[in-house]
Amino acid sequence: MIAVLTLPLLFGMLGVILPAFGYFPALGGHEVGLAHFSDLAAVPGLARSALLSLFSGLGATSLSVLTVVLFLAAFAGTPVLRRVQHFLSPLLAIPHAAAAFGIAFLFAPSGFLIRLVAPVLGIDRPPDLLIPHDPLGLALVAGLVIKEIPFLFLVALAALPQVNLSATRQLAASLGYGRIAGFLFLLWPGIYRQIRFAVYAVVAYSSSVVDVAVILGPTMPGTLATRLLEWMSDPDLAARFRASAGALLQFGVTIVALLLWHATERVGRVALIAARDRGARCRRDRGLRWFAAGTVLCASAIVFGGIAVLALWSVAGLWQYPEVTPSSYTLKTWIDVLPRTVGPLWTTVTVGLAAALIALLLTVGCLERETQGGKKAGGWAPFLLYLPLIVPQITFVFGLQLLFLASGTTYRLSALVLVHLVFALPYVFLSLSDPWRALDTRYDSIATALGRSRLASLLVVRLPMLTRAILTAAAVGFAVSVGQYLPTVLIGEGRLATITTEAVALASGGNRRLIGIYALLQATLPFVAFLLASLVPALLFRNRRAMRV
Amino acid sequence: MPMAGEEGSNLMLVGIDIRLKGRCLITLSAEIAAGEVLTVMGPSGSGKSTLLAYIGGFIDPVFTAMGEVRIAGRNLAELPPEDRHAGILFQDPLLFPHMSVGANVAFAVPAAISRRAERRRIATQALGDVGLADFFDRDPDTLSGGQKARVALARVLVSQPRLLLLDEPFSKLDAPLRSQMRQLVFARAREAALPVILVTHDEADAAAAGGILHRLGDGGDNDPAATGYRIWQSAV
Repeated sequence: MIAVLTLPLLFGMLGVILPAFGYFPALGGHEVGLAHFSDLAAVPGLARSALLSLFSGLGATSLSVLTVVLFLAAFAGTPVLRRVQHFLSPLLAIPHAAAAFGIAFLFAPSGFLIRLVAPVLGIDRPPDLLIPHDPLGLALVAGLVIKEIPFLFLVALAALPQVNLSATRQLAASLGYGRIAGFLFLLWPGIYRQIRFAVYAVVAYSSSVVDVAVILGPTMPGTLATRLLEWMSDPDLAARFRASAGALLQFGVTIVALLLWHATERVGRVALIAARDRGARCRRDRGLRWFAAGTVLCASAIVFGGIAVLALWSVAGLWQYPEVTPSSYTLKTWIDVLPRTVGPLWTTVTVGLAAALIALLLTVGCLERETQGGKKAGGWAPFLLYLPLIVPQITFVFGLQLLFLASGTTYRLSALVLVHLVFALPYVFLSLSDPWRALDTRYDSIATALGRSRLASLLVVRLPMLTRAILTAAAVGFAVSVGQYLPTVLIGEGRLATITTEAVALASGGNRRLIGIYALLQATLPFVAFLLASLVPALLFRNRRAMRV
Repeated sequence: MPMAGEEGSNLMLVGIDIRLKGRCLITLSAEIAAGEVLTVMGPSGSGKSTLLAYIGGFIDPVFTAMGEVRIAGRNLAELPPEDRHAGILFQDPLLFPHMSVGANVAFAVPAAISRRAERRRIATQALGDVGLADFFDRDPDTLSGGQKARVALARVLVSQPRLLLLDEPFSKLDAPLRSQMRQLVFARAREAALPVILVTHDEADAAAAGGILHRLGDGGDNDPAATGYRIWQSAV
């Protein structure tokens, strides 16, 4: 498992460092030097692109973390939290690209929201606003925030049982602290310690994302990652040297973003301690609590609303501005497009299932070894697990692409599964490890004491008892694979199309009906996986009360 | 119902020594006759359950343990857990929630009996023996606490264990039920001529067991002249 997580990373970094410094014989590079960095530095608007990446990384992370911490501080341990958890969980399954298209369809100058208010405000033509693709990257940050909130929320929720929530809340209240202040002073430091790698993954992802940036980000110039993708896909293979140097620059930008985030953590810590030592009670926090609730609800409404508008566009006949709903509905676009989606759907499902299954096998093997050995993985394990999520995809996957190119391999589909596996594995492990460790090991003891081998005990007792958790972990792995844009574009080299690559490729075309169909299909696939993960155990164990959630 | 050819074998614990980070928790030698009970009492953290885990083969690697667990001429400590046939009952019945009551019991029928119908017949009979004849297809979660405990007993007996390990199995039952279960478990162990080790907090359990009593001290059992040796001497 460690090999799956680290070897592609090491080879990928090697595959990008060598050509960046000019050495890559397969592309005719034999001389080591800094020429490609000079070439890169001469690219117009490069500094702005790098700054935009830095801004989107830190902006999206700060807003997401702030929203999650305020919401948890306000509502952890209350029925509101449980209710919100129910609708935030499916949000996590929606791929970034689909959610980004949803935002674009809602907020564009001729988007759904403008149409809603146009009759009232008398806006008879779409306003002249550059949304999405605004030059500051605000739409990009918004697109990232609505997806990172549910991610961080669910990660933090998993860490909550590790702190004594209810007793600490009562203690803080009895000492006169407001809900938010009590939570921040007494509980948040312990929770943050456990989720910080997930936050670092958000920093890294947001500062190097490609698909959301293509759909919502600025274009003149674009973020560093989108510009790199242009060079990486350039028919002139020599552009790949510049792309390699750029990939290292992206690595540097992400490192700087992480360092700045680390500094933000410290400032936050000092501020928190200062407020605590001042004895601040902050009892009047009702407004802040409602603000947190409003932000979370708003983020969720945007994603769900976006998906609804995508669905509407996919069946829209004539739908002129400023009509709120289409004048007519038709399945014509679906009928025309569906035959074309068969190939990409097949690739998406095959790669997704293969990556999820392999990730599941590796995870089960690893956890079973842990159960038998009676020892949890050491302190480095969380770091290794998050490593592929913290190093920017665009840096090491590009290196891997160059290595595949140099090796002349024809096993493109296997290579794609392997690369998707690198990203699916951490999520599958994180999803399954808690329920696995929570299952009473005395069940295993009983099975072996009854004379069953460890393998039989695993297959007949432990795995069936964990059916729901295993299928959910597989669905998580599948969803992660379905959402992969950049690794698919780079490793598939345009010859392996998935629903995601097709959907993002449509972004520049502006055909809303077509985008609606592809984005909807993209969002549907993970949804079906999660639905099966919930229905199959319900059906299998319909007569077993203790197996219900 | 012990393993074929091992009916009525005594269990001998020879030089059992269990330590945690060098600190001695238990030293014990004892012989438990077939059908008899050795009761081990002691405060929480004294290592009672760890002793059972060592005998059953599930001891956590944080402990260092040595000593022989001999029965019918074999040292169980050298065998993997699945070959020891050391039946165990915990505080909780721990019925497998995804299987029916009958499937729980049938799961324990030895592998040598491979015919499905025969396995089912044995499981049905074992359920009948504990007064749950019509419960084969029931969902374990719909049973009362006492019924679950009886299914757990039927399951462990049907596996033809060489010995029985009881890890406070009565502590979560209410008083009348506890007394009933004690009688049932000890009677069935005697019938099957199984040597039994019971760990408990409850003096009444020890009294009902009626066998040798071994008390573990607060600070572990590191005195070489500890009660374990006296039991060994008195038992031989």
